[in-house]
Amino acid sequence: MMDWEVVIGLEIHAQLATRSKIFSGAATAYGAPPNTQACLVDLAYPGVLPVLNAEAVRMAVKFGLAIGAQISERSIFARKNYFYPDLPKGYQISQYEQPVVGRGSITIALDDGEAKTIGITRAHLEEDAGKSLHEGLANASGIDLNRAGTPLLEIVSEPDMRSAKEAVAYMKKLHMLVRYLEICDGNMQEGSFRCDANVSVRPRGERKFGTRAEIKNLNSFRFVEKAIQHEVARQIDLIESGGHVVQETRLYDSDKDETRSMRSKEEANDYRYFPDPDLLPLAIDREFIEAVRTTLPELPDQKAARFASAFQLSAYDAQVLSASREMGAYFEAVVEHVGAAQAKLAANWVMGELSSALNRDGLEIDATRVGSRSLGGLLQRIIDGTISGKIAKEVFEAMWSEGREADAIIEAKGLRQITDDGAIARAIDTVIAANPQQLADYRAGKDKLFGFFVGQVMKATGGKANPAQLNALLKAKLGGG
Amino acid sequence: MLHNRSIGELAESLARKEISSVELTRHFLARIEAMNPTLNALITVTAPQALAEAAAADRRRAAGEHGPLLGIPLIHKDIFCTDGVRTSCGSRMLDSFVAPYDATVVERLKAAGAVTLGKANMDEFAMGSSNETSYYGPVRNPWDPARVPGGSSGGSAASVAARLAPFATGTDTGGSIRQPAALTGITGIKPTYGRVSRYGMIAFASSLDQAGVFARSAADAAFALQAMSGFDPRDSTSVDAPVPDYAGTLDAPLAGLRIGLLKEFFEGLEPRNAALIEAAIGVLRGLGAVTREVSLPSLPLSVPTYYVVAPAECSSNLSRFDGVRYGHRCENPKDLADLYQRSRGEGFGAEVKRRIMTGTYVLSAGYFDAYYLKAQKVRQLITDDFRRAFAEVDLLVSPTTPTPAFGIGAKVDDPVTMYLNDIYTIGANLAGLPALSAPCGFVDGLPMGVQLIGPHFAEARLLNAAHQYQRATDWHRRAAPGYA
Repeated sequence: MMDWEVVIGLEIHAQLATRSKIFSGAATAYGAPPNTQACLVDLAYPGVLPVLNAEAVRMAVKFGLAIGAQISERSIFARKNYFYPDLPKGYQISQYEQPVVGRGSITIALDDGEAKTIGITRAHLEEDAGKSLHEGLANASGIDLNRAGTPLLEIVSEPDMRSAKEAVAYMKKLHMLVRYLEICDGNMQEGSFRCDANVSVRPRGERKFGTRAEIKNLNSFRFVEKAIQHEVARQIDLIESGGHVVQETRLYDSDKDETRSMRSKEEANDYRYFPDPDLLPLAIDREFIEAVRTTLPELPDQKAARFASAFQLSAYDAQVLSASREMGAYFEAVVEHVGAAQAKLAANWVMGELSSALNRDGLEIDATRVGSRSLGGLLQRIIDGTISGKIAKEVFEAMWSEGREADAIIEAKGLRQITDDGAIARAIDTVIAANPQQLADYRAGKDKLFGFFVGQVMKATGGKANPAQLNALLKAKLGGG
Repeated sequence: MLHNRSIGELAESLARKEISSVELTRHFLARIEAMNPTLNALITVTAPQALAEAAAADRRRAAGEHGPLLGIPLIHKDIFCTDGVRTSCGSRMLDSFVAPYDATVVERLKAAGAVTLGKANMDEFAMGSSNETSYYGPVRNPWDPARVPGGSSGGSAASVAARLAPFATGTDTGGSIRQPAALTGITGIKPTYGRVSRYGMIAFASSLDQAGVFARSAADAAFALQAMSGFDPRDSTSVDAPVPDYAGTLDAPLAGLRIGLLKEFFEGLEPRNAALIEAAIGVLRGLGAVTREVSLPSLPLSVPTYYVVAPAECSSNLSRFDGVRYGHRCENPKDLADLYQRSRGEGFGAEVKRRIMTGTYVLSAGYFDAYYLKAQKVRQLITDDFRRAFAEVDLLVSPTTPTPAFGIGAKVDDPVTMYLNDIYTIGANLAGLPALSAPCGFVDGLPMGVQLIGPHFAEARLLNAAHQYQRATDWHRRAAPGYA
């Protein structure tokens, strides 16, 4: 059996979060009735001309700076010519030979915790096409040009990924980055962030790349992983059974979990790229670049490193907590409340109770039902001994569903911890008296029964007994009698 | 007669209330009604709108407004989108297309109070040098109805030459204003690329197209160009530079003006044409200009360069005419490919198809470098030649066309001979320079033009030189028999 190496490069289309389109003044909002957000420029009426949206350029430059790329001081818009009904001009305005963002890179974390740098060849600005609609139309197709002219940043990676998992890790990292930069809403269902994957295989040790297939139309992390896995298996099967891979474009069908051929290299369009004479070369000066640089936020890697060192968190925790700007801000607000010394407690709660509640209700952190101050208030009560961690979980659930502060719930439900030694001792005595057999067994050496007594006393106190005090008193009583 | 008066004279009569814009408009509409059936210079006559616009102009005057174009009629080349009016571009493809907006040129002239009489015939999508490629049939030259008026703005030129309007708009991609101006005995100016907005002007070759003006004199052209010029944020290639007062510098003396005679364009020139240009140069010398010969070695490559660049751009620009959203759509398409093929096959004429095919070819994989890229390099060489020349001279002078107007049908089967008609005019488009043609005499009773080319944004200098020339000559006052 041959040992195969997988080679993957991704082309990611990130829809830029500008208010208006890249070459017209029409709005970009998603979900409007068909063709209500398409002006004469988007409809490619005779005589209309494109005018570049400066905001889209700013966002592209911001991305370039975040991946440490060279920003081209002069880049060219080109026309990519082909006929399709959702492409009103008969050409797409894109960038071909001179893109706005040159070579850069990002770092991903592998399963073994190692970091790997993935090269980014280039990123360029282009316009999106419209959509063809086939549903509900008899013997006809509809065209919705609302999306036509929406700005896209196409981010092209080097063929640096060696597994579907790496490809997904890269895509997730970029997804996080564009949202950090607030240049893309990252909504994959609406198509704001989508991916084409170039996949090939070669015998391990071989330097030459194998023939690649391009898989189009991948709009979820799961599809990327499955489509690549499927395609890799297909290519290996093909080669091992004596065939060879042909260069072609394949479409991933998520219903059948397979890829199928769209068109071969021979059938590929000749796009007849040439510089768009309606647009001057895009000139970007130092001053503009430096002005954009000042708007860069703390980037995910920087934030994770800071969390790890400032709050003594594990690399994993630091990464989870910096997965989005909102998550990072929430966590830091909780830490602010409880003090850096309790950062680990804050981290556990944000990653534990809070995240599961958000997941359960399908909410993003900015829609949380327990704000950072409130969570901080709850943690404060654990720290000062008012309640145990276990009771705190009950309080949190109540806060989540009732929207009240921790203190109010603790008072109302009488959840304050019992810290009175006398009260705890009385409860212990009652339990011991009621369980003579277990007492005898324990004293005969069945140490495990200690847990049984703890449980019974907790039950008797409604879970409110201070666990440390309970342990100490119980040990004394069981031991001496 | 009213129609022989200059724009300045008409504006004065309007200002003195000797005549109203409505009367003036009626006068020209009557001429159109009488003469257009022979000339076929207009595709659409917008009489009711024109009278309403004229009435509005009269009201503006009554309210105290002034302006050299307030109430002055004009005709727009049918390449400019006009809100609510059919804009055909001379093509079956857009025979039913009613533009939903005004081109910037149309908007600006409306704002200046000019009154639109109608839309002028033209070569289909401005591709042609004789107006014979129009879906609406050829335009006839007022000087000889058996001859072409030139193209592509043939309808605009014939209209002004026949006194159907004091001025008309045109567009010039390779000579489409200057060549028909020369062949019909009027003045035509193509300004610097970027001087006038292209927004709303249906694109032929975007890097070459430029709107301009036909009038009977340089002085009239100055008024019209003034109103059309200036930066437009809707056209990224329009230039944000102040527009000088063109009329204000018409009377500047020409003493010391350095004029370069384009060596390459005098070689092999037909003797009678050469004699007319020599005479024009003599007049300019008499006005104080100094002349010298100037050589632009790359200039003879203009025509082949142009016939790569222009078709390349047109093949892409015309892709939007696909039968999907507007324009001609074939009957009962059986699938998408059929819809495209028949809609475009039926909608476009032969010359447009020829250029789309040429353009598609020169941009295709494997041929791009040999044709498109090489043409762009030669274009740069030509531009550099002009730049060097303008370091030494203020203006360049040459003939506008190799011959006077030719017969309708004489060259339709020989595209290359037809293309060579623009041999003297194309260079200015490739380099984006302003250029003007003014009448300079007759060959076989047919008008001929002299071309002045200036450095970028030297429109005022061109108009000044042409105006001084026209003060010393009367070629521009000659009217075609029957149209005086």
